[in-house]
Amino acid sequence: MTAVTTRATRRTRGRRAAGPLTYLTLLAVAFFSAFPIYWSVVVASHDNSALAQVPPPLIPGGNFFANVARVFDTAPFALALLNSVIVAGSITISVMLFSTLAGFAFAKLRFRGRNALLVLTIATMMVPTQLGIIPLYMLMIKLEWTGTMYAVVVPSLVSAFGVFFMTQYLSRALPTELIEAGRVDGASTWQLFWRVVLPIARPAAAVLGMLTFMTAWNDYFWPLVVLTPENPTVQVALSQLASGYVQDFTLGLTGTAIATLPLVIVFALLGRQIIGGIMQGAVKG
Amino acid sequence: MPAPPQAGARPQAAPARPPEPRPSRRHLFDLKYSAYAYISPFFLLFFAFGLFPLAYTAWVSLYEWNLLSSEQTFVGLGNYTELLADDYFWNAAFNTVSIGVLSAVPQLLFALWLAHLLNRPLRAQTFFRVTLLLPNITSVVAVVVIFSQLFGREFGLINMVLDAFGLGRIDWQAGTATSHAAIATMIMWRWTGYNALIYLAAMQAVPRELYEAATIDGASTFRQLRSITVPMIRPTIIFTVIVSTIGSMQIIAEPMLFGAQVSAGAMATGGPDRQFQTLALYLYEQGFRSYEFGYASAAAWVMFLLVVLVVGVNFLIVRRMRGGLD
Repeated sequence: MTAVTTRATRRTRGRRAAGPLTYLTLLAVAFFSAFPIYWSVVVASHDNSALAQVPPPLIPGGNFFANVARVFDTAPFALALLNSVIVAGSITISVMLFSTLAGFAFAKLRFRGRNALLVLTIATMMVPTQLGIIPLYMLMIKLEWTGTMYAVVVPSLVSAFGVFFMTQYLSRALPTELIEAGRVDGASTWQLFWRVVLPIARPAAAVLGMLTFMTAWNDYFWPLVVLTPENPTVQVALSQLASGYVQDFTLGLTGTAIATLPLVIVFALLGRQIIGGIMQGAVKG
Repeated sequence: MPAPPQAGARPQAAPARPPEPRPSRRHLFDLKYSAYAYISPFFLLFFAFGLFPLAYTAWVSLYEWNLLSSEQTFVGLGNYTELLADDYFWNAAFNTVSIGVLSAVPQLLFALWLAHLLNRPLRAQTFFRVTLLLPNITSVVAVVVIFSQLFGREFGLINMVLDAFGLGRIDWQAGTATSHAAIATMIMWRWTGYNALIYLAAMQAVPRELYEAATIDGASTFRQLRSITVPMIRPTIIFTVIVSTIGSMQIIAEPMLFGAQVSAGAMATGGPDRQFQTLALYLYEQGFRSYEFGYASAAAWVMFLLVVLVVGVNFLIVRRMRGGLD
């Protein structure tokens, strides 16, 4: 991170330093960015009657664990959390592995059809996912996967974005001379992949892994379509909890807090790397 | 903290092996064909679950094809003509464009301005960046649940504030304009910071000499944003406009869950009067509530063509926009 910060400072030196107005504006934006999440924690730690008060409570109360217990009683939330860990975990490992393999081939190996296949991969990134959703659902019925985690995991095992991301990174970061030197030494492509490519690919693969995990954890539409209320992922369980004839906001927002806080904690720890990955992908991509 | 991946950060030594030049047949085979082994896991899965469904949609759309009946009848373009005569489809198209414009235009302008503010010597740079991205890691479901509470008619925080200022309460979900504004707010909240960071990344690559010269000439920071920054990062702006347009045309989870807050029945229709049903939600209603796969596939194709059309138009508009350098 230090590298990025110093670069930023150098680039912007000589410009007018930020005045108090800038700080006030940015603080206001930071407040509005964080407040809804904070608010969910506030609501989740009170009971429903507290919400009706004017003015409403603005600091967390002591009811959080009672509400959590209620959430686990109302919806299969424990199962949902387990399912989401399995789904997001296996998708992340698979996307990292297959993207690095394909990214290496696209970035550094010469083979017939390379450009056409790469263009095809990038072009489909622009196609709305909903275009293929009906046949995908029909396919899941054929395979008898509806209602199971296979239906959620298998279609997401590879990602066109991941391949694009790793190709971009490896074509810059992996010196072709290193590959050639290895070839002269008689190393096979597979040996090159393990000993040369993987160590260099690791930082980018880690960023890709974090982005993939967040996307898989937060995915909602497709799991809603193929799963049943009895065997949901976290987001599907959450949507059931929060919708219905009786509006129980405390219940809904407690579920929200449970589903969101793990990611917020991960993000607080690894946020700099994630941001670095997003910003780097933006400039070079 | 390790730095984000840098080019050539850790060049490792090539495997230490005694040189043994032996261009064996195995070696030649490896050189020529092993690349296919590396891309095949990706492409096998990609073809089966990514490309095949895309192409098959076109085929299904030519049939009267319902999950609940065993027969499929070929109807040619019948689904398409029926679709284009359906008022609900055009209502959904209008809602999609309306919510899209309401969320994307202010969002991108605001993101640009935020990036401009962040792109100068600043304390707590990391703190601001991390909080800006916080909404983006929150799931769509969580966003809608939280904002539905905030926009609630009875106990919503926003109505309480409006009430305190004597402006009266608003039933956000009931009206077309108010529900679109509420949904656009959710989308803006989730994506503004993300786009600001992308703009910031591009702005850091603009040579600072340009700003120095402009400052000497007495140009205000707003003038600098308009006349230097925007023209210099135009490729990035075009990129974000295209990505936001594609995203806007696919909005589904927000209206779906916002409707589910009213009643479970309003989930697929986008409110009792379809006042916020988007195209993607219309597709969901046809495909997964009525199980009219053929008709829904036709809707998917028309939607895709609309996406291409709107993206194309937006691309032309953004490309023709002139910076202030001339």
